[in-house]
Amino acid sequence: MTQAAHCDTGASAQPMLSVNGLRKSYGQLEVLKGISLSVREGEVISVIGASGSGKSTFLRCLNLMETPSAGHLEFENFSLDFESGARRQPTSRQLCELRTRIGMVFQSYNLWPHKTVLENVIEAPIHVRKMSRREAIEQAEGLLGRIGLYEKRGSYPSKLSGGQQQRVAIARALAMSPKVMLFDEVTSALDPELVGEVLSLMSSLAAEGMTMLIVTHEMAFARDVGTRTLFFDQGVVAEDGPPAEIIGNPRSDRLRQFLRRVVHDPAQLGPSA
Amino acid sequence: MFVNFWEDVVEYGPGFLAATVVVLGVTIASILVSWVCGLLGALGKQSRFAPIRGVASFYVWFIRGTPTLVQVFIVYFGMPQIGIKLSPVVAGIIALGVSSGAYVAETIRAGLSAIPKGQFESSLALGMTRQGMMIRIILPQVLRIILPSLTNEAISAVKNTSLLSTITVVELTLFAQLMIATTFRPFDFYIAAALIYLVITSVLSQLSAFFERRYARFS
Ligand SMILES: Nc1ncnc2c1ncn2[C@@H]1O[C@H](COP(=O)(O)OP(=O)(O)OP(=O)(O)O)[C@@H](O)[C@H]1O
Ligand SMILES: [Mg+2]
Repeated sequence: MTQAAHCDTGASAQPMLSVNGLRKSYGQLEVLKGISLSVREGEVISVIGASGSGKSTFLRCLNLMETPSAGHLEFENFSLDFESGARRQPTSRQLCELRTRIGMVFQSYNLWPHKTVLENVIEAPIHVRKMSRREAIEQAEGLLGRIGLYEKRGSYPSKLSGGQQQRVAIARALAMSPKVMLFDEVTSALDPELVGEVLSLMSSLAAEGMTMLIVTHEMAFARDVGTRTLFFDQGVVAEDGPPAEIIGNPRSDRLRQFLRRVVHDPAQLGPSA
Repeated sequence: MFVNFWEDVVEYGPGFLAATVVVLGVTIASILVSWVCGLLGALGKQSRFAPIRGVASFYVWFIRGTPTLVQVFIVYFGMPQIGIKLSPVVAGIIALGVSSGAYVAETIRAGLSAIPKGQFESSLALGMTRQGMMIRIILPQVLRIILPSLTNEAISAVKNTSLLSTITVVELTLFAQLMIATTFRPFDFYIAAALIYLVITSVLSQLSAFFERRYARFS
C-alpha cells in the first residue's frame, strides 16, 4: 500500500494500468465495444451504468477472468495483445501472476466455507505467493485487526454476518499485496445496515492510496470517495471525469435518466462542496 | 447348532479371521482404486478434450450397465486370453475398484456441480492454478457433500468382495462354503459370515456419522 503522491491531485502522472480498444463478445453479443482507459496510481475510479452495460465484464477483463476478444492491456511487466482470431492467449502462468497483482472482490463474498477466517486469508499468500506460514499468519492477523475482525479469526464464514464476510473477502484479496483492487458491487448483497462498514473500509483503503476500480450503485460513495467516475452505456465508456462533474452535473440524457433511476432523492446528489 | 460354541470358535476362529483380513484388505484396496477411477472419470467427463470426455462417458456407461459379477469374470477369466494373467486377489481388486469407480465418478460429478461458481472464481481471482484450486478449495468441499454417498459405496464394496468367492479368493463367503462342505452345517457358517459382514459395515456407518458431525462445524 504505497502512500504515493496522493494529495489534492489524487494521483501520480504515470499510468499503471491501461487498456486500449478492449472488446469482448459472447457469440454474437458484443458486450464491450472498444474501451480505452488509463489508470494512474492512487486513482479511485467508480464505474456506474445500467444493468447489462458491461461493467462486470469490464472488470473481469482487467484481471483476465474473461479473455478479451480484442484490444491491448498494459500493466507492470505485462503487455498483452488480444486479437480476434489470433491464437495468442496468455499462458496460464501469466494469468495466475497477473491475478496476484490485481485483486478482485465479488458481490457474493465467496469465502471458502470449509476454512476459518484466518485460513481464508493465509491460503493464497502461502500457496500462491509461497510466503512462509508464520509470515502469512502475521500479515493476516494484522489485516484482520485492521478490519476489526481479529477476534473472529478462528470462526467459519457461516458464523459471520454478510458485512463481516465481505470485509474478510477484502482482507483476503489485500493479503496478496495487489497493486490494484477491483470491486464488483460488493455491497449489493448486503442488508442495508451492513453496507456502511464495508464502504468505510473501502474509503480507508482509498485514503491510503490504493488504486481501485469500483462498480457500484452507491452514488454518494462514488461522489465522495472516488477521484474519477466512468459511466458505462451499452458497452462503451460514455462519460469519464471527476465525480462532481459526472454525478453532480450530468450532461447526457442517458446519464440523467440513469441517475434518476438509481437515486431516490436526486437533490441529495447536487454538486458537492 | 452352536452346541459347542466355544469349541467352534477355537476351531474355526483363525480361519474366519484370515478370511476377514482378506475381505478388509480387498475392500480397502478396491476403495482406493475406485476413488482414483472415480476422480479421473468425473474430471474426464468435464474435460475440454472430446476424446477424454468420450472415454470417461463410455467407462461410466459400460460399468453401470453390466453386472459386477460379469466384470469380475472379464478381468479374471477374460484377460488371460489377451495375455494379461492376474492373481485372483489382484484381479478382484482391480475389477471391484474399477467397477465401483464408475459410481464414485457420478457421485463426484454431482458433488462438483453443487459447488457455487463463486468458489471457483474467488480461487482463480487470487492467482491459484486450476490444479491448486481443485485440490485445496473445491474437492474438500465436494468430499463433504458426497461423504454419505461414498459411505454407501464403501459398504457396497465390502459386500461385493463376496463376488470374489467365484474366482477362488478365500474370503468370508468362500471360506464358509469350504467349511460347510466338510461340516454340513450351512446355517451356522453362513450366519457367522453374515455377522462378520454386518460388523464391518456397521463400523463404516459409524465412521461416516463421525465425519459428518465433524464437518457440520462449518455449515
Ligand atoms: N458469460 C457470459 N455469456 C454470455 N453473455 C454474458 C456473459 N457474461 C455477461 N454476459 C452478457 O453481457 C452483458 C453485460 O453483462 P455485465 O454483467 O458485464 O453487465 P453489468 O453492467 O455488470 O450489469 P449488472 O449491473 O446487472 O451487474 C449482459 O447482457 C450479459 O447478459
Ligand atoms: Mg455486474
